[in-house]
Amino acid sequence: MSDPTYSGVPARRASSSSLSRPQSANLGDILERVLDRGIVIAGDIRVNLLDIELLTIKLRLIIASVDTAREMGIDWWEHDPWLSGDRRRLVEENRSLKRRLAVLEDRHPTLEGRAEPGERIEVDRWSEEDRHTGRPRRDADFHAREADEDDYDE
Amino acid sequence: MTNETGTYLYAVAADLGIPVPTGLTGVNGGAVRGIAQGGLIAYVSTVPMDKFGEGPLRTSLENLDWLGRTARAHHHVVDAVAETGPAAPVRLVTVYSGDEQVKDLLDRRGEEFLDVLTRVAGRREWGVKAYAEARKPVEEPAGARHGGESPGTAYLKRRQASLQGQEQDRRRAAAVAEEIHDALTAFAVAGRRHRTQDPQLSGRRETMLLNGAYLVDEERGEEFARVVDGLRGPGVELELTGPWVPYSFTMLEDPAGGEGTADERL
Repeated sequence: MSDPTYSGVPARRASSSSLSRPQSANLGDILERVLDRGIVIAGDIRVNLLDIELLTIKLRLIIASVDTAREMGIDWWEHDPWLSGDRRRLVEENRSLKRRLAVLEDRHPTLEGRAEPGERIEVDRWSEEDRHTGRPRRDADFHAREADEDDYDE
Repeated sequence: MTNETGTYLYAVAADLGIPVPTGLTGVNGGAVRGIAQGGLIAYVSTVPMDKFGEGPLRTSLENLDWLGRTARAHHHVVDAVAETGPAAPVRLVTVYSGDEQVKDLLDRRGEEFLDVLTRVAGRREWGVKAYAEARKPVEEPAGARHGGESPGTAYLKRRQASLQGQEQDRRRAAAVAEEIHDALTAFAVAGRRHRTQDPQLSGRRETMLLNGAYLVDEERGEEFARVVDGLRGPGVELELTGPWVPYSFTMLEDPAGGEGTADERL
């Protein structure tokens, strides 16, 4: 039973191959097991890191050295990734949209304060005018920003 | 610092009279030995308290190199002793004052250990992770730029469609993961869902939908792998790891409430 002998992963990441244990016994899986599973004995033992302490350690660990931790892939404790993935995405989304809005407002001051849904036609009109008055930069600008946005999705 | 030492516990196993594998070393390079008591054997090594005392550990556990090294050494011992018979791994850095305390533990909780060991005897743990296959970014449909729709509006619409699509994908994938877990649990002796790993831990970008552990009879390992293969399908990618020492199925009910199973959904 020394090494897990089977892995359904078609291609390992390059970094995995540098680990001394082959196949699927990557450090993340091992850490998850030795820290998170197995028998926990409380009571008279000399050193017993109970859940809360471990969690603190793990949290401090990620804060202290995000990059190293990321390299090693140690971050599962921070929050439920199912939620966090979403939250992070929404935060980025929000940030990006705010930036876009700021740019729009900058260029067209009359838009400010018009948040009613019905007012959106205003944007279209402005945009159409814009196109007819020959400011092609805006389109390009949008595409540039979309490229930006892609970065955030990663 | 003093020369004080402690007894580091790796695993508890049924004492089958099999000697500790020769040359087996554990954390901090310490030689692994067995402490036998009442039909059980505890695998331990001696550790210096200036490294494994509570204070030093607080510092070293934040050192990722140290943590990685120690976790591997711990796992290595657990793996090695489990080769000789059923073993119940103990969580990382469980350190006693001395061997007497470990004997006392085997005395007091012997029956529970035996129960656990009986449950996992002749069985291995397999890990199955399911990932949502990454969705391609939504392409702008041909002819979307009709009637002078501004780039901004078009962008927002695309964005909305993309988000809705992602959400639908996610729901569908989560349902598939649930089915996979149920199917695997039905085949296995027992199944457990652990919290899903963050992409940073899994090393993969895709959202992890399932982080399951399955207790499978030793001789049915290959069959289990085939069951996993049979569950592969579009939209969800499955990753099988193992066999592992049954880390996920050797939990003790801890009278002190230190049991770490709270976030498992059985």
